[in-house]
Amino acid sequence: MIEGYTALYIFMLAGFTGYEVISRVPVILHTPLMSGSNFVHGIVLVGAMVALGGANSFTEQVIGFFAVLLGAGNAVGGYVVTERMLDMFKSSKGAAK
Amino acid sequence: MGSLTNLSYFAAAALFILGLKQMSKPLTARRGIVWAGAGMVVATLVTFFDPNLHGFFNYILMIVAIGIGGYYAWSTGRTVAMTDMPQMIALYNGMGGGAAAAIAAVELFHASGELNPEYGQDVANLLGNDVALLAIMGAFIGCVAFTGSLVAWAKLDGRYNGSSLFPGQQKFNIALFALTAFLGMAVFNAESAMPIILFFAAALTLGLFITIPVGGADMPVVISLFNAFTGLAVAFEGYVLNNAAMIIAGTVVGSAGTLLTHLMAKAMNRSVKNVFFSGVGSAQSQGSAMTDKEMKSVTPNDVAANLMFAGQVIIVPGYGMAVAQAQHKIWELAQLLEKEDVTVKFAIHPVAGRMPGHMNVLLAEAGVPYDKIFDMDEINADFANTDVALVIGANDVVNPVARTDKNSPLYGMPILNVDQARNVYVIKRGKGTGFSGVENQLFYEDNTSLVYGDGAKVAAELIQAVKEQKA
Repeated sequence: MIEGYTALYIFMLAGFTGYEVISRVPVILHTPLMSGSNFVHGIVLVGAMVALGGANSFTEQVIGFFAVLLGAGNAVGGYVVTERMLDMFKSSKGAAK
Repeated sequence: MGSLTNLSYFAAAALFILGLKQMSKPLTARRGIVWAGAGMVVATLVTFFDPNLHGFFNYILMIVAIGIGGYYAWSTGRTVAMTDMPQMIALYNGMGGGAAAAIAAVELFHASGELNPEYGQDVANLLGNDVALLAIMGAFIGCVAFTGSLVAWAKLDGRYNGSSLFPGQQKFNIALFALTAFLGMAVFNAESAMPIILFFAAALTLGLFITIPVGGADMPVVISLFNAFTGLAVAFEGYVLNNAAMIIAGTVVGSAGTLLTHLMAKAMNRSVKNVFFSGVGSAQSQGSAMTDKEMKSVTPNDVAANLMFAGQVIIVPGYGMAVAQAQHKIWELAQLLEKEDVTVKFAIHPVAGRMPGHMNVLLAEAGVPYDKIFDMDEINADFANTDVALVIGANDVVNPVARTDKNSPLYGMPILNVDQARNVYVIKRGKGTGFSGVENQLFYEDNTSLVYGDGAKVAAELIQAVKEQKA
């Protein structure tokens, strides 16, 4: 179980991690990185699956269904567009200094 | 939660952080997204077989939902043009926010259904104060990110083009915010499902209403902010579900997104408060002071001659280049000029286009090497030594009133000093103003001439003209 202070410590350390990861990013990668971080919060999909998998009433099933649908859209869409963008950076790498 | 599930979440969280780290460097960026993707696949697969999930019908729903959502996102993501990337990111981000809010809804409705009013039990009693609080906060933020991102998507995609719906909307928004917060507290002590429904309705409406008045030029900041919002919402719901992968990934994105939002807002000389409470788009255009000078227009032939005999040319791309898909033609033109011993550089304003780095993505797509592309700080001093500055589809980011006119909404925004070049040519579709709606003084300067036409078409004509004059 993650409770109280343990969760607070995780929040704090993960917060610093995110700050550190992005603070040295060159401007050219801002768009792909925003897209990449958009993909990372697509992990909401697993939460949606847990919520739907625990649904007991019709209301919960309907909302859970949409949660999974939206979460899957976030994860898949985020991955596809990020990969497409970064692919282009790879192809021009040879010409860079 | 099974120990295998926990182990997979641990691996996913590590892969996300390593992946993001690699995405922050051009050389390893491609590998970064693959690592993060592997983390996602592992976490999703293991969750699917987690023993705590139950119900045959629930599994059917899950598979159908993943199929529909995944297929829709996959097919749109594969086919969307690079120029339309910002609105797609907004859309996928909104879906994430909606998912986080929906998780909260499931948990809250679930709790409200199990309440035993006989004992005066409420949602906070049943879930615990901490869980109830974070579920509600995550729902609040997730709802705003959901509907707000949809508005951002619709605006950037040209499907919707509204500004304030009615006078005093911003005061109304503040009131709506207060109402939503109040309803959130009501959910905390709710003894039935009604406050939950009202709360969600209010939060979803709030997202719509605060985003509608935002001017198009500010959208990058808004998308980035909603990205951070979704991250936070996911982290909060992760606490509710006792899911460490969601807490870590969500918080990392929340803080990274907040920093990115701040960097962007700074580059535009706007604060986040400004973006939401005084849309630049609503400012009146202020052309009266400049009408004493005339705009001059020239043909591509005249421009070609000047380009060929220039020592140094700086190309300044903006959103117009993206719309016209002109990046390939522009790079072809640049290569042609380089054969004539002209030094060609590309100057990119931090917020050119609809997102920071948007122009870099497009130029990379066309094959322009990194070492010819310069940030504003690197190149601004160079304009004074430049024979020709070629502006294609950029407007507000080269408007000198940002330096001179204290009354202009653009005042104080750092701009590219294009006006200091000996000759300035602006390729432009029509006489309209930029996204901010502010008249561009650059177009009236003595050393500026305008070439009217679609960016790709003009670039093709320039290539043709250069070739002819060489022959």
